Amino acid sequence: MRITVKLFATFRTDRFKIEEREVPSGTEVGHIVRELGIAESELGIVLVNARHAALDQQLREGDILSLFPLVGGG
Amino acid sequence: MDKIFRVNMTDLTVKCEEVPPEWLGLGGRGLTSTIVAAEVPPTCHPLGPNNKLVFAPGLLSGTPAAQSGRMSCGAKSPLTGTIKESNSGGTSAQQFARLGIKALIIEGKPGKDCFYNLHINKDGVTIAEETELAGKGNFAVIQKVTERLGKKTGVITIGEAGEMRMAAANISVKDPDHKIRSHGRGGLGAVMGAKQVKFISIDDTDAPGVSIADPEKFKQAARTFAKTMLEHPVSGEGLPTYGTNVLVNVLNEAGGLPTKNFRYGQFEGHDKISGETMHDTIDARGGKTKHGCHSGCIIQCSQVYVDDKGQYLTSGFEYETIWGLGANCCIDVLDDIAKADNIMDDIGVDSIETAVMFGVAMEAGILPFGDGKGVIRLLRDEIGKGTPLGRILGGGAAEVGRVYGQTRVPVVKGQGIPAYDPRSVKGIGITYATSTMGADHTAGYAVATNILGVGGAVDPLKKDGQVELSRNLQIATAAIDSTGMCLFIAFPALDVPECLPALIDLINARFGASLTGDDVTGLGKTILKTEHAFNLAAGFTNKHDRLPEFFSSDPLPPHNVVWDFSEEEIDSFWDF
Repeated sequence: MRITVKLFATFRTDRFKIEEREVPSGTEVGHIVRELGIAESELGIVLVNARHAALDQQLREGDILSLFPLVGGG
Repeated sequence: MDKIFRVNMTDLTVKCEEVPPEWLGLGGRGLTSTIVAAEVPPTCHPLGPNNKLVFAPGLLSGTPAAQSGRMSCGAKSPLTGTIKESNSGGTSAQQFARLGIKALIIEGKPGKDCFYNLHINKDGVTIAEETELAGKGNFAVIQKVTERLGKKTGVITIGEAGEMRMAAANISVKDPDHKIRSHGRGGLGAVMGAKQVKFISIDDTDAPGVSIADPEKFKQAARTFAKTMLEHPVSGEGLPTYGTNVLVNVLNEAGGLPTKNFRYGQFEGHDKISGETMHDTIDARGGKTKHGCHSGCIIQCSQVYVDDKGQYLTSGFEYETIWGLGANCCIDVLDDIAKADNIMDDIGVDSIETAVMFGVAMEAGILPFGDGKGVIRLLRDEIGKGTPLGRILGGGAAEVGRVYGQTRVPVVKGQGIPAYDPRSVKGIGITYATSTMGADHTAGYAVATNILGVGGAVDPLKKDGQVELSRNLQIATAAIDSTGMCLFIAFPALDVPECLPALIDLINARFGASLTGDDVTGLGKTILKTEHAFNLAAGFTNKHDRLPEFFSSDPLPPHNVVWDFSEEEIDSFWDF
């Protein structure tokens, strides 16, 4: 199945901004994160289709996964 | 010995008073709100002689503690009609503290139709008539006062908007680079204009400085405190790298970025105005990606934004401003937003209120959505010059909505709603509804826990836990706002166990006190209750703790959610 991965802030360094990926169905969020070489401790915000998601959430066809390091403002 | 200066603009006299014992343990917001509640009749006209403008540095301002340079300003607000505290960076808090000034109270109203300046130094406060700088913008005031009195002189000033007593007018404070930080919200610039004070200059030469009761304990606590700032990923890395504007992409991805006057939760042009793009643009053009609003700031969330020739456009270019003119007004040209920000600094209007106002003005057809050049023109030629249209626009979002017969007017208690949609970030909606200040995200930043994953996690789309979250944050914020600390210390404070105890140790070491965490929470509660009581006496009821109707009727894409708290649920905020 095809999913879209969007990276933000420092996660873009040496990686990419947005990329479509072909992954086996049932792939979990955590799998993509590990594949990208992002340590769990670096992760701030994980969104799937604009909703907060856990690392064991299974992705579905067409999902948009957005990953941010811990950031803030206000 | 700390003192209070009372400047009476009716008879142009200054009194130096001892600090009453019940005010000794207060600073910043705690002190400004206590003084306003004690001395200002809640039903008075905010621009009349009975309102008072109060400045107070925080409890830790003027000390070597990191992040302690915030100054509070309070009064009854001409924008909201409520009590108001708005705090700012710049050099003034540390200068006041070093001069031993616990608070400056400006009261009364001159009989003569002219402007005055106040000068503060180690000998006291003097009042003089000001002719040269009346009618001038803030940058000209800072430049001229610096020429007159020397580079290190602190300046607190109002622009043309404040002179004209516009409800969106702010008070500007000179920062360490001779640029501007602001007491932004609530129209306090109009109160200063009504007192006919154009600027306050501060010379802290030979000031006695801040005494610290237990210097060794203070030093250790300061070290621990600073370490928690640098260790936390938000204050240590995220904020210094991308500034507050990193939030454009965060809120856009989460579906909470108010777009086209709060019509949608995502903005097509988000990438062009994002923190990441801004960082790369500043880097490529040779601006500064890091900048502190006061000396002693180690977070450095601010920046200096330059044009494609490397010339200064603006500094302190914040998420709220960029969201407000960007997504909310559908302007996707960062340079236009930067130019507008610079004009807002110069004429002295709050960039949140003004940006929300422009969303309503676009809704009303005064200019089209996306018209960045139109915003620049209206700021410079209408608001700055005080034309009849400019006076309406300078009255803020609620005023423009009323004059132009609009219903989609995002305000609470007359104050524009900031950069997080309350339908899809429900915790911040409770803060907007219940804050004693009118809609104010800083009063209880539930976005941290709803969206950013700081201080735990509360689902932004559900009602569960939001009232309690907002209550706890509003109590803690009222206390932090009294210390002179930048609110961004809340990020480490929510996550790093050593942070808050170190902050309390700092206060105890400074004053030789023995406060506990419970005392600090108690202070926060007392401040909120004092402010709430003022608002009730001014004529506000629980029915004013409500969001505008359209949030309950118009679903917000992409989540298609509405504001769905019951009146009882909102009112339970005050059960403490």
